Amino acid sequence: MRKRILHKTIIYLFLLIGAIFILLPFAWMISTSLKPSNEVLIMPPKWIPSKLVWENYKIAFRSAPFKRYFINSIFVAAMVTIGELITTILAAFAFSRIKFKGRDILFSILIATMMVPSEVLIIPNFVTLSKLGWIDSYKALIIPWCASIYAIFLLRQYFLGIPEQLYYSAKIDGCSDIKFLWLIMVPLAKPALITLAILKIIGSWNSFMWPLIVTNSEHMRTLPVALSAFSSEAGTDYNILMAAATMNIIPVFIIYLILQKHIVAGVSRTGIKG
Amino acid sequence: MKKPAIIQKISNIKEVKAFIYLLPALLIITVFQIYPIVKSLAMSFYTDFDYLTDEVYRRGLDNFQYVLTDPDFYLALKNTFIFVLGAVPLSIIVSLGFALLLNSNIKLKNFFRSVYFIPFITSTVAVSIVWRWMFNKEFGMVNSILMIFGVEKINWLTNPKMTIPMLVLLNVWKGMGYKIIIFLAGLQNIDERYYLAAKIDGASIWRRFTSVTVPLLSPTLFFVSITSVIGSFKIFDEVFVLYDKQTGPLKSGLTIVYYIFNKFNRYWQFSIASAAAFVLFIIILVFTLIQLRVGQKKTNY
Repeated sequence: MRKRILHKTIIYLFLLIGAIFILLPFAWMISTSLKPSNEVLIMPPKWIPSKLVWENYKIAFRSAPFKRYFINSIFVAAMVTIGELITTILAAFAFSRIKFKGRDILFSILIATMMVPSEVLIIPNFVTLSKLGWIDSYKALIIPWCASIYAIFLLRQYFLGIPEQLYYSAKIDGCSDIKFLWLIMVPLAKPALITLAILKIIGSWNSFMWPLIVTNSEHMRTLPVALSAFSSEAGTDYNILMAAATMNIIPVFIIYLILQKHIVAGVSRTGIKG
Repeated sequence: MKKPAIIQKISNIKEVKAFIYLLPALLIITVFQIYPIVKSLAMSFYTDFDYLTDEVYRRGLDNFQYVLTDPDFYLALKNTFIFVLGAVPLSIIVSLGFALLLNSNIKLKNFFRSVYFIPFITSTVAVSIVWRWMFNKEFGMVNSILMIFGVEKINWLTNPKMTIPMLVLLNVWKGMGYKIIIFLAGLQNIDERYYLAAKIDGASIWRRFTSVTVPLLSPTLFFVSITSVIGSFKIFDEVFVLYDKQTGPLKSGLTIVYYIFNKFNRYWQFSIASAAAFVLFIIILVFTLIQLRVGQKKTNY
């Protein structure tokens, strides 16, 4: 019995050390973001500021057009997610329910292209976008990301799990394909769709290299690009910089707190399917 | 010439229907994913061209020759390989360790799992900025903690020898939660009875781990190792932000993708960047194939 208690204690101890290792950077970020300027650069550092300077957030927010960046990031994430869901639902339906010639070949080609690292695609895509005159526009930030082979693959698997009989009985009742898809398949596939939506929102919110490359004017920047630029400008005003970083993280963190269960379920599902 | 055949094929009602459903996705995927693969390969052979008009005056192997003889590219290869070699095994060991701890019958399981997952959802840019401040030599939190133990101040960000270890640490920290969740899902699929049987046979904890857990977890281990290798080969954001748009002290953080990015974005050498991107693709492909090969032999499904 005593051995067992010792055993448990060691496990908790390790888990606790792990949690501290994970949370320490966030604690340091938030602590710095609330410090008065004269307490930022002192050694040894104070973990709890002598007074909480919420003003830092205001200063950070005003020192760059962060409102604009927030709107850009939210708009892009929303459009990309809606776009991907629409194209994915339609394509997954075709791949799972309509038997057309060349279906398997087409599907294999798509799966094979998933192997190519996205870095390979960036250069030709940049050229294509500049030819279309889309550089530095929402179109460049949104349209290329409105379809994903991975998402189609995942949803197709899910659709395949929905019994075929449902489709035929709906057909006999005179239900059209699009109606069946919208009224029956989509509600049934809700867990998979929620997973895809969440992963897309988080991915879009945090994506960096692509927005960095296709935007050049300040008002088109998304939050990560703006934050990266801001971090070079802020110099040693670490309290302001940490306030900006915190602002960047908070929206996704709130989404995470609300949708935690779905995210965890989604990740374990997508992981195993691989 | 081909048109009549296509029309004939499409005349089949099912094909028309499928085509309509597939159109939005295929349009975007073709333009932004399939065409660029072909184009990128073609571009890597352009030696004299005008990208705006897309006129090519000369083709050849010059770009590949340039890349494969460029000392910077070798440095990038070296740095990336060392990073992959460090980050992949370490992050798998750490994550598997925590997954095993979490899988034992304990309370607060969900709490710990949620905490470990937080870095994964947060932006690499924001996180890298925070790390830059944490590891600040004079006023950073890490040195101040080490000071308590009497350790001298360490040049985390300006010593070239520290660059790859820093990136590995950041990578382990960021990816732990994701891998833990996947490992946990895999562990939950292992039938309890195998452990009971092993226990009855008197197998030690270590023996149970190597003879039951590892073989039965091998599909998951396999999936995680392939995706981590691919992901690690593409490291870029962390370096770019951690070293403030530089490649680290003495280019110690110059990675393959950073090399591609520099050629493309800083010097506008599109065709050289394309050639380098293709070399990256080949490397990833070879590694994935090797892993698939090994996996087929070693994995128990």
